[in-house]
Order: sequence, then C-alpha cells, then structure tokens
Amino acid sequence: MENNTSYLGSEKYIASDELISSVNVAAALNRPLLIKGEPGTGKTMLALSVAENLKMQLIIWNIKSTTKAQDGLYVYDTVQRLYDSQFGEGNVRDIKQYIKLGKLGDAFTSDKRIVLLIDEIDKADIEFPNDLLWELDQMNFYIPETGETVSAKQRPIVVITSNAEKELPDAFLRRCVFHYIAFPDQEMMKQIINVHYPNLENDLVRAAVNAFYNIRNLPGLQKKPSTSELLDWVQALTIGGIDPHVIEREMPMPGVLLKKDNDMEIWKRKFGSGAADAKAAAKKNISGYWRS
Amino acid sequence: MFTSLFYGLRQQGVNVSLIEWLTLMEALQRGLASSSLISFYFLARSLLIKSESQYDAYDRAFLEIFKDIETPPEIIAEALKWLEHSAPAKLMDQADKRPDLNWDLEELKRKLAERLAQQTEEHHGGGNWVGTGGTSPFGHSGYNPAGVRIGGDSLNRSAVKVAAERQYRDFRTDETLTTRQFEMALRKLRLLSTSVDGERDILDLDATVDATGRNAGMLELVWARERKNKIKLILLMDSGGSMNAYQRLCSQLFNAANKSTHFHDLQFYFFHNCWYETIYNDPYCSDRNSTATYDFLRQYSSDYRLIIVGDASMAASEILMPFGALSWWATNEEPGQKWMQRLASHFEHSVWLNPIPEKYWGLVEGSYTINLVREVFPMFELTIDGLNAAVKKLKVKK
Repeated sequence: MENNTSYLGSEKYIASDELISSVNVAAALNRPLLIKGEPGTGKTMLALSVAENLKMQLIIWNIKSTTKAQDGLYVYDTVQRLYDSQFGEGNVRDIKQYIKLGKLGDAFTSDKRIVLLIDEIDKADIEFPNDLLWELDQMNFYIPETGETVSAKQRPIVVITSNAEKELPDAFLRRCVFHYIAFPDQEMMKQIINVHYPNLENDLVRAAVNAFYNIRNLPGLQKKPSTSELLDWVQALTIGGIDPHVIEREMPMPGVLLKKDNDMEIWKRKFGSGAADAKAAAKKNISGYWRS
Repeated sequence: MFTSLFYGLRQQGVNVSLIEWLTLMEALQRGLASSSLISFYFLARSLLIKSESQYDAYDRAFLEIFKDIETPPEIIAEALKWLEHSAPAKLMDQADKRPDLNWDLEELKRKLAERLAQQTEEHHGGGNWVGTGGTSPFGHSGYNPAGVRIGGDSLNRSAVKVAAERQYRDFRTDETLTTRQFEMALRKLRLLSTSVDGERDILDLDATVDATGRNAGMLELVWARERKNKIKLILLMDSGGSMNAYQRLCSQLFNAANKSTHFHDLQFYFFHNCWYETIYNDPYCSDRNSTATYDFLRQYSSDYRLIIVGDASMAASEILMPFGALSWWATNEEPGQKWMQRLASHFEHSVWLNPIPEKYWGLVEGSYTINLVREVFPMFELTIDGLNAAVKKLKVKK
C-alpha cells in the first residue's frame, strides 16, 4: 500500500488501531466495511474522517424505513418524459436524460475514487441488503430502459453503518469486512473530549468522565448515555461554570445524560437527593422484562 | 495456510464460509497482515467474523491455535527507540530481492542479541547495526533477505495476549441476534390491501396509455394507490409459571414481532395459563394493568389476526370448572373453555403456538389440556416450521 492511499485517522476523530486497519483492509480488498456499535460511538463520523483523511469526496446515502434498493441506483422519470412528449419539449427519444442516478449510481460514475457512506442500513426493509448484493459485489448495475450497464470507474470505499436494529442476511455479511466499535474506555474518552474541547481543565474532564462512567455502569438503564451526550454535558458544565470538585458528588444537570423517566429514577435512587417515587419505579417496562 | 484456524472456528460454532476464507488468503497475499501476528489477529477477525457476539468464539479459537507463539516485546523496547527517527525507506527493485533461504533462526536470534548488547546508539542506513533504511538484518524500512523487522508499521502488542483478554465475553448471549428467522417467517404474514385506501402516488402506466388513447392522444395521467400490508395482529402470550422454561424462545418471538415494521397494527397482551374476565397488558399479569376481556373484544375487530402463545399445560379444572382459575382471587363464573371459545369465535383467524415440540404433545403432563385447547384453536409448535404453518393458516379463513 502506498502511504497516500491508506487511512491514518484524523485530527478530529480518535480511531483505534484495529479500526484503522479494518478501513485499510476494506479499501485494499475493495469490500464494503460494515461498522456496528452502540449509538454514539462515531460510526457515521468514521466515514467523514476517512474522506477527510484521504482527501476524497464523500457521498452519503441515508437509509430510511421506506428506502428501496432501486432508489440508490437510478430513478426513471416516466412522468416527465410523457409530459415532454405531449408538449414536444426536449428530445423524448433520448431516454438517458430521464434516468436520474441515485447515490450509488453517483458513486460509481465518479471519476475519482470516493467514499460512499450507507448510513443505518438496518433501518430499511429486511430484504434491502440482499437487493444490493450484486451491486456492491460487482460494483455495477444494469439499466433496462437504456440497455446500459453502469460500472464503477473507480471502486468506491464503501462504509456501511448498522445499529443492529435488524439482523443482516448472511449472504450480505459474507461480503463485508466487519468491525465492531466497542464503547471507548476512560482513557480514550478523555482523548475524545480533548479533541473536541482542547482547552478544558484536566480536573473537569477527569471528574466528568468518572461521573459519566458511574452513570453508564448503573444496572438496568434503558438508554445508556453515549459519547455525544457526554460531550454535550461537558459543554454544559463549562458554560455553567461548575466547580470540578462537585461534579462527581452532585452530578449537576443529569438531564443532559439521561433521557428516560425510568433511568432518571434509577439514578435518583443511587445518587440523587430526592427519595425515589416508589410508584413510578414500580412501573416496569414490558420489553425490558422480555429481553432480560 | 492456517487451516487449523478455519476448522477451529467452525468447531467453536462460527460458520466461516469459503468465500470469507479466500478473502483472507487474498489479503494475506497482498501483505495486509504486515507479517505480524497482531495484525493478522485483527485482519482475520474483521474478515471472518461478522458479529460482535462471535468475537469471543474467535478469541478462543485463536488462543487454541496460536497459544504457543509468543512475540516477546521486551527485547525490542530499547531498539524501538532508536528506530523512531527513521531514515527514508529503502526501495528495492524486484530483481534485487533474492530471497535468502540459507538463514537460520537461532543464528539470527543470537546475532540480534549480540548487536543489542553492543549497540549503544542510533544507526540509520548502514548494514550492520539495528537501524532504519539500510541492509542490516535488524530494523525496519530497510531490506535484508533474511531480516528481523523491529518496530515500524507493525504493532508491538502480542496477538495472543489480546486474544487472551477476551474482551467480548459479554456479547455472547445477545438475544437480538437470533431473531432473523422468526422475522422472516412473520414477514410472510401479509395481506395486501385492495386499492381503496391510501395516497394515489404510483403511476399506472397501462391505464395512462389507455386513457391517453381515448383522449385522442392528449396525455392523461392515471395514478394508482400503492398496495400496503393491512394485517393487524394481536399476540396473546402466556407468562410465568410453566412458561418460564420457554422464556428465551418466547422473547425471541416477541422481539421479532416487535421489530417487524410491516404490520398495520400490532398489539401485545398477556395471560397466565388461561384467560377469563380479564387479560393483562404486561407480562407481570397484575390486575392494576389489565383489560376486561369484553372490552378487548369490543376494541379489536374480528379481522385482527390472533396469535396465542402458551404451553397449554395446566390443571384441567382451569379450563373446565367455573371458579377454576389458578389465581386465588379470581372469580370466574364461567369456565376457561367458554372464554377460549368466545375469543375463537370473535376473531376470524386465530392460531395457538406451543413452545412444546409437537411430538411430545401426547406425552407431557399437560397432554389432557393440550387436547382441550386444540379443540378450540388450531395448534402449532413454536419453531420456524411451526410458525410458517401457522402464518399460512392465518391467511385463510377458518
């Protein structure tokens, strides 16, 4: 590998060595890189960082529950064509101008190698990844309307993120390079905060990180606070001018970290001053029960 | 190469396919493992393992095979310091790279130890001392046909140690990872809507051509409605008691149904053994959070599909006798059988899923009550096949 084609991590994004090597392996083998991990571990940010570091253009394809594989390839604008034929505008015989390429199509036709981010692939229908197998494997697709095959001029670096909401099909997984981003440990978390807010006092960062991990380790939380929430909290603490020494003891502004009533109750019982409202605490969660 | 790892992984229950294995071979051939065990560890993991729940199995297989290979980091700690300030990499023509097959590991080790003992400072570009560039057998970014690479790109952590840490032990029992097959089975439960409701947003090409023709060639667009799944589903689950043994299985079904996005409506209710005047809104089955069964029947129209999950194993009195309910406080004036029939006749489509395998239905303790229930509801076992059969049953009217 030449130096300028391998990803090294970037200033704004702290990546572990394993992650960096996974990116480079995926790029070298031309396989999609599937990134899984808890929300807030920087899955989406990774693609931004790769694009920035390798100085490539980034194309983002955000997946929603209604997204179909076809949307990423191309859309054939029949209606426009019919209208044009009615009013004699444009060259109706040229079907090409009514074919609009989707994100994947854009990525394939780009002259330079680019980074394609397929964000939250598990949001889509359960069959969605299977529909893209051929396209991602062979990096080409066929447009029946024009009889053309669009193939990648430069095979893009494909980064796919998943929140594990749905399981992905085996056939799809076999073709990917997989990396699971574990939740950062305390040391790494301090580095991450440093990258985002370089001018903070060490005391504040240390206290905030400690408090944060105390909260995260509470058993029974429905929604564990993530990195982005910690960053918000740190900012809130700085703006509020809170003394670092009281952070661990009093945990001011817990609402930035905890977003659910239940979690707040658990926190209050453990750390808070107010007595827990027994009634609310008794209201247990159904899915929590079944998943336990 | 390394085929023992391939079979080791399969032994640990990781179904590594040949495609993945060949990809790994390709990667190795391209030197992506940079000849170090730790790089190989991560490389192989990213290519062979596709779920964090299998990371631990990988660690175990890796340990088993590579446990005797230690890469001692301590010899090189000092040498690494010298190498930090490196000379530019020495590029070699392919023709010059003659592999030296006459080297001896012991000899090399001895020489390295000797060099390290004698060397006291950095050297770059030479042919003898530990350094960068150059042709000394020791160092990095240089070239020696039988060299020992110290530092540089490769990492100095021991792969065997990383594997031994087994950081991913906790992920092994992840429930959400086994529900896909259930999800796929539930997907088959769909009944596409007739095109009467919903937005008209799909161009109906045939009708458009037709209308345009009749309109003397003046374009007339005809829009149609997209057909959507209109299945409404109620899952009524037995909770507690004899069902505890099947909780894992039931929670998989619960999760699979919960994740399915294609149902028009999806409701969950609970009961214990049999239901009477009330059914419960949560698996704790407490009266505080319950619904009167009559209200339940009024609330949900007969076109809801009803899936009941339970082992149907209980005392016969719970089904046959008035006041026969298990709970001390229950005051059911009518026997459970009556209530079962009431639901069965209200909903046009209903099935009972039993976590007990079908072949044991005649043999287990509850076989008598299982038969009683089967008189009212068509019963299927809670397996992929059973669920598929049940879904088929739910699509046709009784």
